[in-house]
Amino acid sequence: MEHVVIIGNGISGITAARHIRKQSDCKITVISGETDHFFSRTALMYVYMGHMKFEHTKPYEDCFWEKNRIELKRAWVKTVDFEEKKLYFRLLNDDDDKEAKIGGAISYDKLILALGSTPNKFGWKGQNLKGVQGLYSYQDLESLEEITPTIKRAVIVGGGLIGVELAEMLHSRGIEVTFLVRESSFWNAVMPPEESALISRHIKDNHINLKFSSELDEIIGDKNGQVKAIRTKSGEEIECQFVGLTVGVSPNIGLLKVPQGNMIGREKPAFVLGVGGIKLNRGILVNEYLETNIADVYAIGDCAEHETPQKDRKSIEQIWYTGRIMGETVARTLCGKPTKYQPGIFFNSAKFFDIEYQTYGQVPAELPADTKTFYWEHTSGRICVRINYQAGSKSVTGVNTFGIRMRHEIWDEWISSGKSIEYVLENLPKANFDPEFFKQYEKEILEKYNIETGSNLQLKSKKGLFSKLLSAKS
Amino acid sequence: MLQKLGLFIFLAAFGLFVGTLGMNNYTLTSEILEKNFKEDALLDAKIELAAMVDQSYSNSYTFTVELTEGINQLNKVYIAQQAWDKKIYEDTILTIVKSSANGYLADNKGIMFLLTFGLAILGALLFILPEAQRPAGIKNNGIYFNPAMTRKWLGMGIGTFLIVFYIALYFKPQYIANWTMLVDPVSKLINGGEASRWFMYGFLYTISVLVMGIRYIIKYRHSKYQIFRTLSIMFFQTCIAFILPEIMSNLNLPSADLKNMWPLDYSFFFNYRIDKLIAGGTFGIFLLVWGIALFVVGVPVMVYFFGKRWYCSWVCGCGGLAETLGDPFRQLSDKSLKAWKIERYLIHGVLAFAIIMTIGVLYTYFTGSYNILGFIPTESLKSSYGFLIGSIFSGVVGTGFYPLMGNRVWCRFGCPLAAYLGIIQRFKSKFRITTNGGQCISCGNCSTHCEMGIDVRAYAQKGQDIVRSSCVGCGVCSAVCPRGVLNLENAETGSRVMIAPDVLLGNLMEK
Repeated sequence: MEHVVIIGNGISGITAARHIRKQSDCKITVISGETDHFFSRTALMYVYMGHMKFEHTKPYEDCFWEKNRIELKRAWVKTVDFEEKKLYFRLLNDDDDKEAKIGGAISYDKLILALGSTPNKFGWKGQNLKGVQGLYSYQDLESLEEITPTIKRAVIVGGGLIGVELAEMLHSRGIEVTFLVRESSFWNAVMPPEESALISRHIKDNHINLKFSSELDEIIGDKNGQVKAIRTKSGEEIECQFVGLTVGVSPNIGLLKVPQGNMIGREKPAFVLGVGGIKLNRGILVNEYLETNIADVYAIGDCAEHETPQKDRKSIEQIWYTGRIMGETVARTLCGKPTKYQPGIFFNSAKFFDIEYQTYGQVPAELPADTKTFYWEHTSGRICVRINYQAGSKSVTGVNTFGIRMRHEIWDEWISSGKSIEYVLENLPKANFDPEFFKQYEKEILEKYNIETGSNLQLKSKKGLFSKLLSAKS
Repeated sequence: MLQKLGLFIFLAAFGLFVGTLGMNNYTLTSEILEKNFKEDALLDAKIELAAMVDQSYSNSYTFTVELTEGINQLNKVYIAQQAWDKKIYEDTILTIVKSSANGYLADNKGIMFLLTFGLAILGALLFILPEAQRPAGIKNNGIYFNPAMTRKWLGMGIGTFLIVFYIALYFKPQYIANWTMLVDPVSKLINGGEASRWFMYGFLYTISVLVMGIRYIIKYRHSKYQIFRTLSIMFFQTCIAFILPEIMSNLNLPSADLKNMWPLDYSFFFNYRIDKLIAGGTFGIFLLVWGIALFVVGVPVMVYFFGKRWYCSWVCGCGGLAETLGDPFRQLSDKSLKAWKIERYLIHGVLAFAIIMTIGVLYTYFTGSYNILGFIPTESLKSSYGFLIGSIFSGVVGTGFYPLMGNRVWCRFGCPLAAYLGIIQRFKSKFRITTNGGQCISCGNCSTHCEMGIDVRAYAQKGQDIVRSSCVGCGVCSAVCPRGVLNLENAETGSRVMIAPDVLLGNLMEK
């Protein structure tokens, strides 16, 4: 019986395992050193804040794995022998012990690498002091929990999603938080200025000390190797007992790197050869079938780098659902039905303290030349909608929405079929996914557009579930 | 600061409330006996209780125990003689205890009412209201660090108190006579008489729903659905369940809780109730027809259009208490497959029991025969249902187990009406919780905070709508979702996504 081994029990690896099991009877083993069972990484923050317990983050009951004949192995992989098709485990369960002896091995017929990410550290002085960490793994949560009683003030470096989450977490435990953001406004590398300002306001409203245009210079420790302060590039010193590094994540491919990788090629795609000759760049290079350059070895999720990314997609996408889609896709290829990775219209969502954010399609921070934008903001400054559309055809290309939930199905359809901005605004209530009795703003939004463009559009549909929507398409 | 003061006041008032049980002196007089015993039993009582008469007791417990023992002796004799009509019930004992009381509490009911109920409400509001200053939104911070909400010592303590309270209320009300005395002033105001144990319970229940309803509204004030739903619950409990029946009996009409219905109201078809309604003239007949129309027509029609939530989380009294007083415990419901299995056996078992019991009762009513199918005595069906389901399950377990098994123990595992509403919701209703495409991140907030123990995430993460007979439509899964994935909706029955798609929206690979 064929043996499929998956390294990594995150959303990508587990989705692959589940979908392989649906289609095949082969033997499946999932290896992880992090936890015994799959859990939702995005929910670690809620465990820290006391909204739930760790067991609640597990999307499947513990009996699920045996029932579905998915073997779970708790171990860290030390190295892979691609020629012998064998994995070697570390003897010690210690992440940092690079010299650890080999403690057993396992053979595979097909290997899926779903190694995930690791928080970035940019070589700051003091970055390895006690009390300095990112927030990615279960172990990160454990160590944060352990030092929490000693934290009075915390500094968070890096203004992205994990940074806001970490700020909210610490704040919920009564810790004073200073948030260092390199940019002049929050997340403005991703968000247009108005949205960036909206989030910045909301973070400040929640009593987070947000410092823009400030960069970390050095982390200062005391004599016990514990962080006691940080210094910014402008020379300001801030006393703190904790430093959260949330300056992005990178593919977790340390296991596959060799000390002197050979740089191949000066032009793109540049890559190095890792263990056993596997092609690596920032991540593990894969083709559109998620295959690496080594036969029977696949890479999915955060650790995979697409050699030829899809239109409007980055080569490395560290998003929950892209990991899931890669898992769904690779399962099919593995079960004898070669399938290309084809994520559709881009979408994502997040929550900044109390404000929910959703996006569908493309809404870059800087407006592309051939694109126009329409922006509406509620007087409260907490709710907004931005719709981008092509200057010529007026086809909508993307939407950002804060404080109003929208229907994925509808926006996916509107963007993929190139509906015009007028059509979309007239039918906007259709996309409304807010709970019953919530105030609706579609009329206000449409009026603003009418005034700005001198048109006279009228609302043409009502909020509700339109099941027939997709019947026109199929 | 204000909150700490509120908590202190509440705890002091609560302490005093418990303390009132030991207050008063007690003297049993011949007049009291004459008032409470029928002529043919009076002599027996005077002999049996001779040692107690005109004795002053400073300890309420000793007095109540001695009185109860004496009356138990009497009952033993009556049972041996099969003199059923002479048997003395706990309500009589309660009245005797109340009439025998004298002392500070008995003389100052109004002041004591204010010091207990009044201060407890004030303290609770001082604790609750300042929360409104914080930004609106989901604030579940620290729930799992709180010893009351995580089956720790405080939760166990609250659970024990509730269980003891319900046992006393149903089976030994004479021991909480002083609590009924506390609400006498309210009872006098509303219906002119002294408070029965059920008046005291109804008052306490209503106050709990109102005060904790205010807490709930503040907690979920960013959601209009939650605000409207809670106002509805508060209205139905206060006006329809508590005040209206009192008005009806003041007008000498047969009184009824107009929103309660069979089979939750399991005694609806009991002979004494039917007789009373029929004797009540046009209004009585109206109540009879209304009660039947509610579950025959009202339930199927309303559940078809809105799901069972129209009743369970907008109208029902049990649901009302669960959503308000019980809200802090919602996360304690068991989400495992095993719990779901037990739930289905139990709740449908209770429904079957209720139907069989009612058929038996009606059979006896119409035919006069005491056995159904020739060997099942309908009287014992009736009394065992009343004891096991009506008292133990719905009261003692149903509320007493809030801090142990979550706030919907009764609604989930026991309520026959919920089972009936659920069957219609599952098979013929426009209601579902829609899953929003591929946005779910499997975080588990929805499942954790589902009071009915539904593993909401299991559906959401595979793109399936949530169509479950147990869902009461409280809307909290949708409220706590950080990604806007869940929404309670009504649309054509056929549009519910009952089978998970092969892959979720967002993956363009060939389906």
